[in-house]
Amino acid sequence: MSKNPIIRLENATKTHTLGSEEVHALDGINFTMEQGSFWAIMGPSGSGKSTTLNILGCLDHLTSGKYFLKEEDISQLNDDELSEIRLSHLGFIFQSFNLIPQLTVQENIELPLYYLNWQPNAYAKRARDLADLVGLADRLNHRPNELSGGQRQRVAIARSLANDPYIILADEPTGNLDSANGEQILQLIIDLNKNGKTIAMVTHDPDIAAHASHQLHIRDGKIDRIECRESKGE
Amino acid sequence: MQLTEIIRNVRLGIKDLMIHGLRSLLTMLGMVFGVGSVVAMLSVGEGAGKEALEQIQKLGSNNIIIDSVKPVEQASSSKGRFALDLYGLRYKDFERMVQAIADIKSAVPVKITREKAYYADNVLEVRVVGSTPDWFQLVDHNVLSGRVFQASDMSNRANVVVVTENVARKLLTFSGEQRSNIRIGSNFFEVVGIISSGDAKDGDGGVQTPDSPLDVYIPINVMRERFGDIAVRKVSGATIREKVELQQVIVQVNAKEQVESSALAIETMLANFHDKKDYTMRVPLALLRQAEATKRTFNIVLGSIAGISLLVGGIGIMNIMLATVTERTREIGIRRAIGARRGQIILQFLIETVLLSMFGGIIGIFLGLLIPFLITYFADLETIVTWYSIVFSFGISLTVGVIFGLYPAVRAANLNPIEALRHE
Ligand SMILES: Nc1ncnc2c1ncn2[C@@H]1O[C@H](COP(=O)(O)OP(=O)(O)O)[C@@H](O)[C@H]1O
Ligand SMILES: [Mg+2]
Repeated sequence: MSKNPIIRLENATKTHTLGSEEVHALDGINFTMEQGSFWAIMGPSGSGKSTTLNILGCLDHLTSGKYFLKEEDISQLNDDELSEIRLSHLGFIFQSFNLIPQLTVQENIELPLYYLNWQPNAYAKRARDLADLVGLADRLNHRPNELSGGQRQRVAIARSLANDPYIILADEPTGNLDSANGEQILQLIIDLNKNGKTIAMVTHDPDIAAHASHQLHIRDGKIDRIECRESKGE
Repeated sequence: MQLTEIIRNVRLGIKDLMIHGLRSLLTMLGMVFGVGSVVAMLSVGEGAGKEALEQIQKLGSNNIIIDSVKPVEQASSSKGRFALDLYGLRYKDFERMVQAIADIKSAVPVKITREKAYYADNVLEVRVVGSTPDWFQLVDHNVLSGRVFQASDMSNRANVVVVTENVARKLLTFSGEQRSNIRIGSNFFEVVGIISSGDAKDGDGGVQTPDSPLDVYIPINVMRERFGDIAVRKVSGATIREKVELQQVIVQVNAKEQVESSALAIETMLANFHDKKDYTMRVPLALLRQAEATKRTFNIVLGSIAGISLLVGGIGIMNIMLATVTERTREIGIRRAIGARRGQIILQFLIETVLLSMFGGIIGIFLGLLIPFLITYFADLETIVTWYSIVFSFGISLTVGVIFGLYPAVRAANLNPIEALRHE
């Protein structure tokens, strides 16, 4: 495994204030994700897994602490700058797929490239290549509601790859799928990781987490333990 | 912001609007009727004002026209068969006006009578107008053929006549050639010229022009000699004999600013010498101002009504866009997660609203073109669709789209992406 850090959290804290009550969703978290690693984020419900992923995905600000992306401190960036980072360097896969229903498969995959101002023939080609990669080359003109759950998640994976991100952030990507489809999606993610993509994935399932190189166990907003499987990777 | 981004959003907007075709159409209706009513109302206002304004302008903005009228009290005062009604402007009045009022540039006395005119086998009842050559300067017309009569004709007491194109067509049965002798009453006159006809719709819009299509013009001194000052009319069986020296005096002052003071001076002078008010004065400039003010009021009232309907249309669009934003919260979250900036979300929804109001506006313009056509066709009211009313309402529809679209768009952009993704 290369020692090239992509993400580093330093004493990351996220506090929600509800009236006079403070909820510490994240309470002083430290870890470093290296390039090519595959992190499974685990923990009981309400422990702070999604919060962690949202922070990593630049959808949320830290209350305190630091977030380094490729050694650059991005904890103080404004909304537009964070949007730019999501656009250029991050990929998302959600439990509920989150495709735009009125757009075709091709258009959904192209979406990040629109915002990246690619030329139409360039993004069309890229979308076709990615659809091919996830095995949906023959579904380019279908709409999401014409696809099965597994196929929708493949579209979402293709879309997350469009901008060639540093890291893919997945929040229970197999949570809404039956076991067969879940298996296929997991295999796709494992293959991506084998090809060098860094992955951070929230999951409940220890069997799924077993494929990861690192297991980050969170409890009550704190890191319970990090398990590292050295046999993973080279 | 790049052009390609706008184009992409326009295409996306059209697509999204088409998905909810009926809803988009119904939402547009407010705009359609708003813009349609602006264009239609302005065209009616424009048409109503136009004729009056044109006629007033034809009277000349520097002119003052004084007409003889039979005073009301005298209407029943004629006793016996040979009673003579004596009223109106006198030759002396004209002379006094020209001498006493300094600002007068030129003035013409006008005698008018109705006579039968004869040429070959044709007979035509014409209005004989006697005046001086200056008449042709004061009253707007074109010389189509020959010449108008001149000072020399007056000093020679020549029996010359200038006819309107209309009279030439009807009496001479051809136009373009004068040099014919026509008989008016019992006197022969040589036709020396043909001028364009006055307005056929004489008196429409409450303004009477000094010329009429049935005019023939002769020197005033010739007229006085041949036809005298006494007119005999038959009104419902009774014969009425009237003596009127001048039917009309037209005065032109040097500048617009002198119109009102001169009119007042003439009025005062006439009042001094006339026991009864047997004359009326028309000041085209005052009429013009009045007509313009009326038209302005009319346009403001119509415009306000139309403006309210545009406002209602805009609110309807805003209402639907707010619902759209709520309905598409998830989509907004997805776009934001992928990396769309707030500004890009605003642009997307703003363009959608503007498209909605713009399409509504375009359909409304067609409606606004159709309605005046129908009004003219069925109600026989003149309507004029002006290009600026179209540009104006199109601009308004765009503005309404932007104004009423901004709030829903900003609301969409300010959604928290995490919550938006979790929505429903
Ligand atoms: N917007 C919020 N406002 C208040 N509390 C929140 C908010 N988001 C998350 N929390 C709280 O933070 C804690 C962590 O939530 P989350 O990260 O969603 O947990 P997990 O994904 O592990 O189930 C929970 O106690 C949750 O109630
Ligand atoms: Mg969660």
